[in-house]
Amino acid sequence: MKLSKKGSLLIVDDELTVRDSLGKWFHEEGYEVATAESASEALTRMAESRWDLALVDIKMHGTDGIELQRRLREIDPGLLVIIMTGYASVETAVAALKNGAYDYVTKPLDPDEIAHLVKNALSHKCTQQENERLKETVAEAVRPGELVGNSSPMRKVFEAIETVAPTDATVLITGESGTGKELVARAIHSGSTRRFHPLVVLHCGALTETLLESELFGYEKGAFTGAQYRKKGKFEIAEGGTVFLDEIGDITLKTQTDLLRVLQEREISRVGGNQILKVDFRCVAATNKNLEKLIEEGRFRSDLFYRLNVFRIELPPLRERREDIPLLVNHFVQKFSSSMNKRITQVSPSAMNQLQQQPWPGNVRELENAVERAMVVAQEPMLRDQDFALRQTIANGSNGGKTLEEVERGYILRVLEECGQNQSRAAEKLGIDRVTLHHKLKRYGWTRTPVESR
Amino acid sequence: MRPLRLLPIGEVNDGVLPFLRSALPQHLQVPCEIIPVVLDPSATFHAERGQYHSSQLLAGMQRFDDGESWRVLGVTDVDLYIPILTFVFGEAQMRGSCALVSARRLRQEFYGLAPDQALLEQRLLKEAIHEIGHTCTLTHCENYLCAMAASHAVEWIDIKDAGLCRECREKMEGSLG
Repeated sequence: MKLSKKGSLLIVDDELTVRDSLGKWFHEEGYEVATAESASEALTRMAESRWDLALVDIKMHGTDGIELQRRLREIDPGLLVIIMTGYASVETAVAALKNGAYDYVTKPLDPDEIAHLVKNALSHKCTQQENERLKETVAEAVRPGELVGNSSPMRKVFEAIETVAPTDATVLITGESGTGKELVARAIHSGSTRRFHPLVVLHCGALTETLLESELFGYEKGAFTGAQYRKKGKFEIAEGGTVFLDEIGDITLKTQTDLLRVLQEREISRVGGNQILKVDFRCVAATNKNLEKLIEEGRFRSDLFYRLNVFRIELPPLRERREDIPLLVNHFVQKFSSSMNKRITQVSPSAMNQLQQQPWPGNVRELENAVERAMVVAQEPMLRDQDFALRQTIANGSNGGKTLEEVERGYILRVLEECGQNQSRAAEKLGIDRVTLHHKLKRYGWTRTPVESR
Repeated sequence: MRPLRLLPIGEVNDGVLPFLRSALPQHLQVPCEIIPVVLDPSATFHAERGQYHSSQLLAGMQRFDDGESWRVLGVTDVDLYIPILTFVFGEAQMRGSCALVSARRLRQEFYGLAPDQALLEQRLLKEAIHEIGHTCTLTHCENYLCAMAASHAVEWIDIKDAGLCRECREKMEGSLG
């Protein structure tokens, strides 16, 4: 077993014999140990490295153990502190407990008692950290939706995900807003060996340069005004897992440089700190920007681009995979009928046709919102045209570049629906004979059965 | 091969030294002999505690390491301590050549029970191997059956075996080259 895996201890006592004997004893126990003879040396040690637990003598020259405990925990709230005291100062030790010490022990220490106390404290801390990590993993695993599609471009995307997920390669996902880049990142993480570790998502575009740096790299206490505690960055939180950097095209050149170093060295230092921390993560980045164009304009580092563009997945806009719209709509209908507790299972052919004709500049996200809105306003078990707030291309005369055939198709299907799918009545209303209508419907691929959710 | 040499510290009774001389080679595959000199521990006595300073004894043993020994193991019947702890069963120089064990707290009579020679010998053997393991850079083992498992009470010593687990044995062999 590696020493550091068992835990790291900082022993603070102004008596040399105590530091030496306890340090050696814990070293034999298998812990990584450092000693400090004063509060100031202890604070220096804290700045140099991470410690799991501090054993602090209550009575020391200068700053005493109680004050030191307060300062240590200010720097690292996760640090466990065990106070060592003589019999005479048990009351003070109780005060230390109230201030957040894990426990106190009286000198001389019983070997069995101190060994178990330290072991249990570290085990407790380990469980807490594991719990936090699991919570994060579970939170990230709650998916807003799944990748849906059967079109040729989407089948290529699925193949790409399957190919790259089990590897540790960096992935760059490109595509317009709302095409499902984050879902692809989640699918990659879920299919990787890192899936039991966190997937940490960061939307880079939403943050200012300084805030983004704090989020990515964390910061030390006092690094800037308001930095009251040491904070872990996303790369540290993702330990063993995946970091998904969305909107990577929106970060500044300064952050690009820092990010490049992290990707190359797999090391970070927190803002305001000098300590180098090793980090283990897989990077998946996404953007709706044309990075090659940004490079030409000098707004994106080409070396960072090459680091990110190890494996590229291009997501098609919805308008280029209209055949997936019925699948997507049915998926959303099923999803919202469950979450809204509404018994809506069908979409009328006319409405579905309308949905397939829309330009969807906001892609799948816009389609999802449209279905959700329709589910809210719908009064019947079937979603109809009027439930959707769609662009009324026919009614307002602006057909948005539609062909005559498309306009005709939309109109015929709407009339057919108004007539309860009765072709004779629809033909009469349209002023054409029933055979002509039948031929037209056949050409549209229309079937009598309405589209239903599976 | 250089021998493991046993150094009596103070008066050591009940034939534990001959027992260790015969038992240790079976576990460590090294010859073992008893140094025909007794180290006087009185200079390390702490009157208030009624115990002997283990680290000081260990330092005093250094002069018996003449380069001809594989390891020097001090064996004593006095109660040992290091300043911060109430007692220790033994102590070793990590990566060093000297270690020592005390039989005092391994005796049943220390706990008000009837003497048990066989139990005493087994406990002493396990602790001797444990401390020698430290000199070979081994730290405490998570396997509670391994002689290198932490044992700060006799109950824990009784649970474990005198032998090393596979991992610790490999580490020990690795440290010896």
